[in-house]
Amino acid sequence: MLDDLSLRTGTFIQMDNTPIHSSTKQEGIEVMATSQAMEKYDWLRDYWWQAVAVDADKYTAHVELHQADGYFIRALPGSKTVYPVQACLYLAQSRLIQDVHNIIIAEEGSELHIITGCTTAHKKAAGLHLGVSEFYIKKGAKVTFTMIHSWTPETGVRPRTAAIIEQDGLFLSNYVIMKPVHSLQLYPVARCIGENATVRFNSILVAPPGSKMDIGSRVFLNAKGAKTEIVSRAITTGGDIIARGYIGGNAPDVKGHLECRGLIMKGAGTIHAVPELEGTLEGVELSHEAAVGRIAEEEVEYLMARGLTRDEATAAIVRGFLKVDIVGLPPMLNDEMQKAIEASEKEVM
Amino acid sequence: MAGDNLLEIRQLTVKVDGKEILHSIDLSIKTGETHVMFGPNGGGKTTLLMAIMGFPHYRVTRGSIIFGGRDITKLTLDERARLGIGISFQRPPVVRGVKTRDMVTACFREGQGEEAVSQLADKANLTDFLDRDINYGFSGGEIKRSELLQLLAQSPDLALLDEPESGVDLENIVLIGQLINELLEKIHPIRRRTRSGLIISHTGHILDYVNARTGYVMCDGRIICEGDPHEILETVKQKGYQECVTCLRRVNYPNTETGLKRPRTNRPPSERI
Repeated sequence: MLDDLSLRTGTFIQMDNTPIHSSTKQEGIEVMATSQAMEKYDWLRDYWWQAVAVDADKYTAHVELHQADGYFIRALPGSKTVYPVQACLYLAQSRLIQDVHNIIIAEEGSELHIITGCTTAHKKAAGLHLGVSEFYIKKGAKVTFTMIHSWTPETGVRPRTAAIIEQDGLFLSNYVIMKPVHSLQLYPVARCIGENATVRFNSILVAPPGSKMDIGSRVFLNAKGAKTEIVSRAITTGGDIIARGYIGGNAPDVKGHLECRGLIMKGAGTIHAVPELEGTLEGVELSHEAAVGRIAEEEVEYLMARGLTRDEATAAIVRGFLKVDIVGLPPMLNDEMQKAIEASEKEVM
Repeated sequence: MAGDNLLEIRQLTVKVDGKEILHSIDLSIKTGETHVMFGPNGGGKTTLLMAIMGFPHYRVTRGSIIFGGRDITKLTLDERARLGIGISFQRPPVVRGVKTRDMVTACFREGQGEEAVSQLADKANLTDFLDRDINYGFSGGEIKRSELLQLLAQSPDLALLDEPESGVDLENIVLIGQLINELLEKIHPIRRRTRSGLIISHTGHILDYVNARTGYVMCDGRIICEGDPHEILETVKQKGYQECVTCLRRVNYPNTETGLKRPRTNRPPSERI
């Protein structure tokens, strides 16, 4: 993560269920605890549980019933973050349920880059992280959200994320999980409600033995000219992955592409790819490609013929598999993503 | 440097998927020489290159491969590559996510920098392809140039080139010829060359751009003719490979019915530059 404070626009840290730090260095960018924001802004209630349904499941209900805190990040109209805002959700106490409710608002014409890391202190103790995140991306605004998860084999994780994107807005979400997790289930949803809204989801998943991951991305293209691209790369070295994807084309001239590729490296892992496309009117353009398999021996031998050992060749192919071309991410966030991907590669090899 | 056998293949028998494809092949290439192998499709030419390179699917059941005086028959593919054997594939696989730049950089075993990669790419007219996935969406000519670009970075002592001109347009074939000539140090007189080559060609077009000292015809897993490449090609063009099969001067082998030693049908003239 971004250790150099000068390279952050703002910072938010929550330990267990208590926000312990929030700050911002740029005018026009607000970073604070949601409880604090609720006191400051009456209108915030209009956003509360508007993107995610409070009764979606028992986890959303749990977050509401426990009056969860979290981060409130807002870019005022026309404000653009020079550096990313960094948020850290930290599970310190063992056998705890961490409830988090985040609200992110990018007002008209603003630009907001967020990087968030979630992790635990105890490597062996059980814990459960419940995180609700609601994104509101107004007309012409741009939000990039890079989430790097590093849990433990005893942690259960249930993020519940939804974004609403207005006209000409852009939501770019990148997700990397590189460490073992007991059980992880997330299926963020983005609704394009304004013309030419754009959504991109990139997910990079590595499931070591014992990890169960049910991960996907859903996009509803509900306004003319909306576009989306969902890319997921999943590798199992013994864990079980369900890689989901759904694109609904419900307006004229919308385009969506879903790419879901999985590699089974070793052990008894499974990958279940579930790509779904649903078009409800003429003129939608939706496509997907999904592939699950092992590394092609032909490719390994091709690299070996250039003098790479089998291990070097396999590592190069894995590195290439995990490398997702991410358009629109600032260079320093791209660097962070690459670091996370390199760490994933080490887990695999 | 010319004179010593860089490659010596003795009685090589190769099976693929349990079926014998090559039968008792004898072949030697001296340092600095380029040889060319003709033959109909399915005759075993590619199998020979793959067996020399050491692809595990191509199982040597008898005979030996000596490279630089060392028996490499039991060495792995990558060990042979690091010893100085390189191959240009006829149809290389696409490796998604691995950029052409990564491949060229990997071929330079001595850690040459970005500049060396750029210079070579410029030479192969592939600068715009360095950041593309290797072979992904490449045309026939681009694939061949990319293969040669990687080989130029690898600088092998023995280059095995599988159909370097197939699927290539006229404009590309000139550049491909130039790249092969550079790879095989054709700029030097033969005695000063340190690189050798074995080129497979179905059509022989490559001989218009790259000179070779010795030619062979391979049919049904046997070398049935050895001699001047242009003469062989001329015969094949006029009468087809069937003529080679029925030719009275075809090469015989100790293990064939005649039991004769293998003669050379024609002494090749000095290699032209």
